[in-house]
Amino acid sequence: MGVLKELIKSLRVTGGTMVRTITGKEMVTTEYPKEMREKPQRFHGRHVLNRYPDGMEKCIGCELCAGACPANCIHVRGIDNDPENPTSPGERFGFIYEINMLRCIFCALCVEACPTEAITMTHLFEMSTTNRQDAIYTKETLLMDESGKVPHMFPDDPLADMSELDSADGWLKATAPAGLAAYEGVQMWQGTPGDADWAPEPSQEERDQRSPVEDLDG
Amino acid sequence: MTWPEVGVVTLRVVLTFVLLLVVTVLNVWAERKVVADMQSRIGPNRAGPFGILQTVADGLKLFFKESVTPRKVELGMYLLAPFLAVIPAFLIFMMVPWGKPFMIGDYEVALQGADLNVGLLFILAMSSMAVYAVVLAGWSSGSKYPLLGGVRATAQAISYEAAMGLAMVAVVMYSARTGDGTGTLSLAEIVERQQGNFGSQFPALQPLLQFVPRWNIFPQVVAFAIFFIAIIAETNRAPFDLVEAEQEIVGGFHTEYSGMRFAMFFLAEYINIFSMSAILVTLFLGGWGGPTFNDTVPGFVSAMLPTVYFLIKTYVVVFVFYWLRATLPRLRYDQLMTLGWKRLIPAALGWLVLSTVVIALVDFGVPWSQ
Repeated sequence: MGVLKELIKSLRVTGGTMVRTITGKEMVTTEYPKEMREKPQRFHGRHVLNRYPDGMEKCIGCELCAGACPANCIHVRGIDNDPENPTSPGERFGFIYEINMLRCIFCALCVEACPTEAITMTHLFEMSTTNRQDAIYTKETLLMDESGKVPHMFPDDPLADMSELDSADGWLKATAPAGLAAYEGVQMWQGTPGDADWAPEPSQEERDQRSPVEDLDG
Repeated sequence: MTWPEVGVVTLRVVLTFVLLLVVTVLNVWAERKVVADMQSRIGPNRAGPFGILQTVADGLKLFFKESVTPRKVELGMYLLAPFLAVIPAFLIFMMVPWGKPFMIGDYEVALQGADLNVGLLFILAMSSMAVYAVVLAGWSSGSKYPLLGGVRATAQAISYEAAMGLAMVAVVMYSARTGDGTGTLSLAEIVERQQGNFGSQFPALQPLLQFVPRWNIFPQVVAFAIFFIAIIAETNRAPFDLVEAEQEIVGGFHTEYSGMRFAMFFLAEYINIFSMSAILVTLFLGGWGGPTFNDTVPGFVSAMLPTVYFLIKTYVVVFVFYWLRATLPRLRYDQLMTLGWKRLIPAALGWLVLSTVVIALVDFGVPWSQ
């Protein structure tokens, strides 16, 4: 009779799940394009090349991102700025900047390597293309315009939520150096054009108060 | 046979056939939906409202797919096997009375494909034919996984069919007791004898028992349990689906089948689920029986109600099939054999003897009293 008891027990598990699913209390699957899940603040999505609030490009063509890239998917070439009409505040700027999205593993090592916070990641991941050439993002697609708007390969893509491109430097902001006592409450990143003023990440003590889950969701 | 009679018979067969096809198409969808709910998933929801046309879409797709014939098959048997699966599946349901007979003019239309006086034997014969389909498909594919599936089917077939037959015998014996004393193998007659309630049988307990329908499940509950387990094995459903165990032997007997030939096996499986559930309902749960409210509702409603009752009862059983599939892990085949030979057959035999003795005692009294 032990078998019978176990049988009833297991039937209760599946039956209970069915009732909870039908009444809407429990559902693992979401209908993706119809309802999008909220992404964590540090989500690794498509890259973007940032500008300073005055419109200057942040990239100085140092190729550290290309060096850091484990998948060798970044191709950068720097060139000297025109002293009369500089593109970036530094000596040089990146005049070729290409990322092969088919090779990219979205590890964000390029973001960490960048000395000027020029390359960051957005929340957008809908990047499917119908041919390989389209998967190579050039500077034209990567660089935000002077008002801070980020272009997209396929502006009419019904799947992509373009507003996700606006959280361009969310990754950097999320990793603000709140861990160091001296920098607590201080904005440590360079802003971008059209960027709303984000509050610095809360201090370590404050974060210890919150649950880890809440912290992950930002 | 006059022309109107031919018309009536044709109508019966066509109605039964259409009902079976519609219900089967819905059942494939229903199973996916129910199992999805039990796993906190959504299930098919693209084709039609609630995805109800999913099976139609799948069927169309399979219809237009190429039926690949591997080089090493035994061609004759390989081509025959899908038909051996699907034809007995249809024939089994032809025996099931799925509604109360009604009159068109002078002619009685029984809602049943055919009322054979050896209906139960016919069902046993046809359900055994279905095993041939599996075995032949497995053998003729000329490939190792189908062969393993076919071998498993042979082993499985014998272990549960004996218990299933014995459970049926107990019902037939009891059913003879409830009728005019003669036994019957006709399903229509078995259903007819389950109408009414137990109140008339035990006048002493009349007020209590008049609400208990005279279904065979109440006196024959052990036979019911054995029969239920046996029909799950009969239809090769989880937890006894080791014939087609995807995780171990790819698809078992239908590994080498594709396109419409695969669709026929698939169709046969779902037809079998429904018709076996229908037979369970017919034998144990009073078939189409239920209150028809002859006086209070219009005539056509009370004529339709038995069919509705039949479908409700059958779907409860079918739901249990889905439920068990979503719940139980697959048995090893030695476990299935142990269950069949060491548990079910002794239990069925014991129950048969017990009910024989009880029926004899009730009918003839204790031997020393004469």
